[in-house]
Amino acid sequence: MRITVGLATCGISAGGIPVFETLKKELDCKVEKVGCIGMCHNEPIVTVSDDKTYIYGNVTKDNVDKIIRAVKDKKPCAELLIANDINELEFYKKQKRLVTENCGVINPLDLDQYKDAGGYSGLQNAVKLQPEQVIQNITDSGLRGRGGAGFPTGMKWKFISGKKGKKYLICNGDEGDPGAFMNRLVMESDPFKMIEGMTIGAYATGADEGIIYTRAEYPLAIQTLEIAIQTAYKENLLGKDILGKGFNFDLRIQKGAGAFVCGEETALINSIEGKRGSPRPRPPYPAEKGLYGKPTVVNNVGTWAHVATIMKMGAKEYAKIGTAKTKGTKVICLTGHIKRTGVIEVPIGTKLKEIIFDIGGGCPDGTKFKALLSGGPAGGCIPEDKLDTPLDFEPLQELGAIMGSGGLVVINDKSCMVDVAKYFMNFTQEESCGKCTPCREGTKRLLEMLQSITRGAGKPGDIEKIEKLSNFVRDNSLCGLGQNAPNPILSTLRYFRQEYDAHITDKACPAKACLDLVSYHITEHCKGCGNCEKHCPTKAITGKLKERFFIDQEKCIKCGVCFENCAFKAIEKR
Amino acid sequence: MVQDLLLPILKHEQKKSGYISEAAIKRISIQTGIPVSRIFGVATFYSMFHTKPQGKNMIEVCHGPSCHLNGSFNVLKSLYKSLKIKPGETTKDKKFSLHTCSCIGCCDKGPAMLLNGKQYTLLDETKLKAIIKKCRS
Repeated sequence: MRITVGLATCGISAGGIPVFETLKKELDCKVEKVGCIGMCHNEPIVTVSDDKTYIYGNVTKDNVDKIIRAVKDKKPCAELLIANDINELEFYKKQKRLVTENCGVINPLDLDQYKDAGGYSGLQNAVKLQPEQVIQNITDSGLRGRGGAGFPTGMKWKFISGKKGKKYLICNGDEGDPGAFMNRLVMESDPFKMIEGMTIGAYATGADEGIIYTRAEYPLAIQTLEIAIQTAYKENLLGKDILGKGFNFDLRIQKGAGAFVCGEETALINSIEGKRGSPRPRPPYPAEKGLYGKPTVVNNVGTWAHVATIMKMGAKEYAKIGTAKTKGTKVICLTGHIKRTGVIEVPIGTKLKEIIFDIGGGCPDGTKFKALLSGGPAGGCIPEDKLDTPLDFEPLQELGAIMGSGGLVVINDKSCMVDVAKYFMNFTQEESCGKCTPCREGTKRLLEMLQSITRGAGKPGDIEKIEKLSNFVRDNSLCGLGQNAPNPILSTLRYFRQEYDAHITDKACPAKACLDLVSYHITEHCKGCGNCEKHCPTKAITGKLKERFFIDQEKCIKCGVCFENCAFKAIEKR
Repeated sequence: MVQDLLLPILKHEQKKSGYISEAAIKRISIQTGIPVSRIFGVATFYSMFHTKPQGKNMIEVCHGPSCHLNGSFNVLKSLYKSLKIKPGETTKDKKFSLHTCSCIGCCDKGPAMLLNGKQYTLLDETKLKAIIKKCRS
């Protein structure tokens, strides 16, 4: 019998550690830590595998004894059971797990389990071929970079393979995109896969040194990778004369220090060199002059993991999945106002509405879907009538959004789109490194204009001004951060312009989310209980018991405490 | 290539002293030969480095979009209520420093924050009060 507990960062924060400790103490069988299977909404997850498999969800230290009893009685625990096989669940029916196949299944630190699951067969297949043939395989597979730009990986590798002398491979694990944590999941749950991918890359391109640059905010991922790298060295899967094939590859980890822009490849290179993480003008591209001026390939965590998968399953098989322009699968994070949050992997070309409604289950608590934000702060908002669009680089771009690293944030009808645009402008404005003027100044002015609109101080003509400046920032910024920074504004203007208009002309927020534009009122349903008066922090509510109370708008700070505490729903937000 | 080591050196300094002081920057400059201006530039660029003394407990509230949509501003509001500090400030008794930070990857369980590097998720006022009380005792 084998019992596993999902203990990636998400499992731990849901309280998985005490569950693990209790199971280990109470049961006389193998209890193992695994990574995250992707069902973050059911964490902590415990899987009991015997003759049959039982997957239990929402296990806490208070109800874990039920599982212990069930295991001892050799019976299933019906109360906590979610499924016997993940594929029975709606959440997994439309998924295709290639890169994440081992996540939440194997012990991430156990190389033998990784090998038993078919790991390192990709590298074995690769070293049977000539390096050029490996690159050809990657080219044939149609793999495009999973970091966001979608550049063909085989072509990137080809650029540096012909160059002589020192070359570097970099794994971009600086996953700063808010709403995206799929790289963290892969690093924590299946670290050998990306290490294998990088080793294949080293063999193919002739680079002998690699660096994994990862965020310091991911302590568990760093720890997992460190152990995995040490293990790979011991097993001669890294270091000198790998697998006796005469090629060397050294791999180390470099930690970031909290700067979103370091996810941009040239800023990342500067950061590795110990400098401020400001982007460098391109060209020259890293493939010409990268780390320490040497040819460098920078690929995302996901891309490296895909490389291992491609060499394992074969380029032809891989290329059967996906669309005409983009092959394979994409790992996606589903968050925001959605029932089933988590990490999913779907074939490229899956329709957005299948992802949101079939896999994610739509919006929770009876709220309605309003927009989908794809691509984080550089992305755009997609309205409901465009959800027939397939998930792929170009179709999303046509909508004014981007695929980005693959973070999908669902926004419900309780959110104001101007506020969403303002939030993202605030984000990029703070993260702008300050090197180029359009981004440094432009994002600040755009933010100021949005702030004035949400305060109710917008004037006719503001929208046109915002549009003009947004286009300027997009066209003239140095790196991707500035070039994509206006996307949230431009896309919300494209699909939700009426909300901007309402803020400016009617001085009203249709979603009732912008505090300066809403006010609280007591309706005739008031029973005069006086509960609101007790809770009001500014004594803005007055009245006599058993009569209708009244809110003094001058004193009201719009904290909403009265609204939340009224038992008769007699307080209205206007 | 001593500059390579600057980030790890600064991280070490911050861990040791809680922040990176002017004196420390000057010392590192003498030891490594990297100009003071460059070290200061790096120390102020990355959000994880602090050039001012910090409180004993470091609170970093995630301001990623999922946490924003799920009410990270309420977390800041509650913290202001109990600690009377805004992001970037430290309490008078030097017990708490409050910052916002970029996404910590707990998007599925927002709003989230880090307290001395440990993740706390699905925050609400009651939970926060309990956390702060525990830190104070």
